[in-house]
Amino acid sequence: MTLVKYLKSTDLKSWLAELAEKNSVFAPRYEGDSVIFAPFDPEQEIYTKSAATVPPKKTVFPQSEKLVDFTYHKDPENPGKTLIDGKEVLPQGTTVVFGGRPCDVRGFSMFDRVYLTKETTDIYYKARRDNTSFITIACEFTESTCFCHWVGSSPSDPIGSDVLAVPVKGGFLLTAVSARGETLLTSKLLLEGKPKVEEAEEVLDKVMENLGKAPDLSKSPGKLLEVFDNMEFWEKVSAKCISCGTCTYLCPTCYCFNITDEIQGLKGSRIRSWDNCMSALFTMEASGHNPRPTKAHRLKNRVGHKFSYYPDLHDGIISCYGCGRCIKSCPAGVDIREIVLKAIEFMPTVVEE
Amino acid sequence: MSTKNLYLPEIATIQEVIQETHNIVTFRVTLNNEEAMAKFKFEPGNVGQLSAFGIGESTFVINSPPTRMDYLQFSIMRSGEVTGKLHSLKAGDQIGVRAPLGNHFPYEDMKGKDIVFIGGGIGMAPLRTLLLFMLDNRDDYGKITLLYGARSPLDMAFNYELEDWLDRDDLDTHLTIDAEFDGWEHEVGLIPNVLLDIAPSSENSVAITCGPPIMIKFTLQALEKLGFKDEQIVTTLEKRMKCGVGICGRCNIGTSYVCKDGPVYTGAQLKKLPNEL
Repeated sequence: MTLVKYLKSTDLKSWLAELAEKNSVFAPRYEGDSVIFAPFDPEQEIYTKSAATVPPKKTVFPQSEKLVDFTYHKDPENPGKTLIDGKEVLPQGTTVVFGGRPCDVRGFSMFDRVYLTKETTDIYYKARRDNTSFITIACEFTESTCFCHWVGSSPSDPIGSDVLAVPVKGGFLLTAVSARGETLLTSKLLLEGKPKVEEAEEVLDKVMENLGKAPDLSKSPGKLLEVFDNMEFWEKVSAKCISCGTCTYLCPTCYCFNITDEIQGLKGSRIRSWDNCMSALFTMEASGHNPRPTKAHRLKNRVGHKFSYYPDLHDGIISCYGCGRCIKSCPAGVDIREIVLKAIEFMPTVVEE
Repeated sequence: MSTKNLYLPEIATIQEVIQETHNIVTFRVTLNNEEAMAKFKFEPGNVGQLSAFGIGESTFVINSPPTRMDYLQFSIMRSGEVTGKLHSLKAGDQIGVRAPLGNHFPYEDMKGKDIVFIGGGIGMAPLRTLLLFMLDNRDDYGKITLLYGARSPLDMAFNYELEDWLDRDDLDTHLTIDAEFDGWEHEVGLIPNVLLDIAPSSENSVAITCGPPIMIKFTLQALEKLGFKDEQIVTTLEKRMKCGVGICGRCNIGTSYVCKDGPVYTGAQLKKLPNEL
C-alpha cells in the first residue's frame, strides 16, 4: 500500500523545519527576480506556484566544489627540498530538496549514467547523490516552454523522486515513491491523505489533457548526424545565439565541468566548477587550435550531445527532460525544440540536372 | 562500483630532467608510494595527467614502455601555463600523476606484421613507448621502419637514443628535417615526401603516425598512395582535457571521448566519427 499523506500549506514551513533538524534542506524562494533553491529559512516565503528559475542541480552537483586540498612544505630531513601533500575533500551530511519539478529531479538520472558507471565512479557526486532526497512538486499546469512529454517524461513523473507532492486545495497530497520517501512522511504534522487522492488525480488528469501533441524524436540521433557537416544549417540555427551560456547553467542535465587550481602561499585547492560548452575556451587547445571554433560548432555539439550522442551511448534516452529553461531564459530567443525539429525534417536540396 | 578517487593524483618525484630541445623537457618520475609504483601497470599508448599543483593539470602520454618500469617518462612541450610551470621544475621536485588513462595501441593485432612508425615533432613521444615495447618483444613483429621528422636538428627530441636506433639492424630508421642544416647527415624534406621516397610496403603492414595536424593530413594522403587502407593506419589524438575519465565533456568527437575511448584510433574508426578534429 502506497503511503499517502496530506500536508496543509500552513504546515509546510513547520514540516521543513522538522526535516532541517537532521538534514540540510533546500527550498525554492525569490531572490531578486529569480526563484532559486536556497537553504531553508523559516523567515522567507517558499515559492511553490511554478518551476523555479534555476533547477536544484547545485544540491547534488555544486556550481563550485573542492576536490583536493594540497600543501607545499619543506622536507624536514632536507630543507632544500619541497614536498607536496594532497588530500581529498569529500562532501558530508544529508540533504532534502523540496519543491523541484519532475523534469528537474529526473535530470540527475542523466548524470548517473555518466558519473556512476561500473568502471568510473565519481565519489564526490556519489556522496551527494546517495544522501540527497527529493520531495518533488507535480506540475498542475504547463508553460509554453515546457516539453517534458516530448522526451518521455510527464508533469507528474516520479522517476528520481522520493516523495511526489500534488497541489490540492489548501495544500499538497504527498505520495511516497521510494523507501526513503516513506521515512520522510512520518511527521505528526502530516494528515491522512486518502480523502485527497481523488482530487489529486483530477489535478493530474487535467494537466495531462492540456498537453499538446508530442512529435516523434526517435529519429533525432541519426538525423542530427546527417546534418553534422552542413554548416549552413548550423550557422542559420545558431545565428541568434550570443554564446552567453545561460542555457547550460540553467539546464538540469548539463553536467560538464572544469577543473582549476587556486593557491595562496603554500596552500591551495583543486576545484571543480560548472563549465559551459558555448564558450570558445571550452575546447581551445594550448596550441591555439580549436575543434569547435564558432558558435555554430558549439551549438551543434550541445544539441548533438543531448539529442544524438547521449542517446546513442545510453539506450536511446534523450539527455533532456523538457524543462524549457534554456528557451525561457535565452536572451536571444534560441529554441532547442525548433532546432531538433528542423534537423529531423531537414531534406537536402536536390539539384535538378 | 569503484571507491577510488578519480581526481586525487599520486604524488611523484622527478628523478631526472632531460632538456630535449629548446621547448621540450622530459621527466623521468617515480611514484612516492612504493607499493603503488611496484603495482603500477599500463599499456603502450596510455596517457597520464600531470599536476603542477596551484597551476593545474595537463595530459601527456607515458612515453617509456611498460617493459621498462624503473621510472615513468613524460615529455612536455612548453605551450601554456601548466607546461610553463612544469618546465621550471628540476630533479627532486614533486608533481602529481593521475595515470594510466585512456586506451592503448592495439599491439596484439599488430603481431606478425611489418610496422611503420611516422612521427613528427613532439608526436614522436607516443610512438616511442610502442617502438621500445616492440623492440623489447622484437620476435613478435616483422620489419620495423621508423621515420622521425622535426623542423630542424634543434627540434629533434630523444637525441640520446637516435644513434642506437640508427645502428640497430632490426630497425630501419630514417630521420628528416624540413630544410638543409649545417652538419646534418640524414634526410631533408617534409615527412610525407620522405615517406613516399622510402615507400614502405603496405602488405601485411600497419602504419602508426602522430604529429601536428598538417603533417597528419599529408601523411595520410601519402599512406593512401602507398596502398595503406584505413584499418592499417593507427594514430593518436590530442584534445583539451580536464577529467581524463570521460565525464567533464570537452574532448568528445560525437560519441567518442578522446580521453577515455581514445587517444588511439585507427583510420577506420576515425572515418566513422563526425568530422570534428
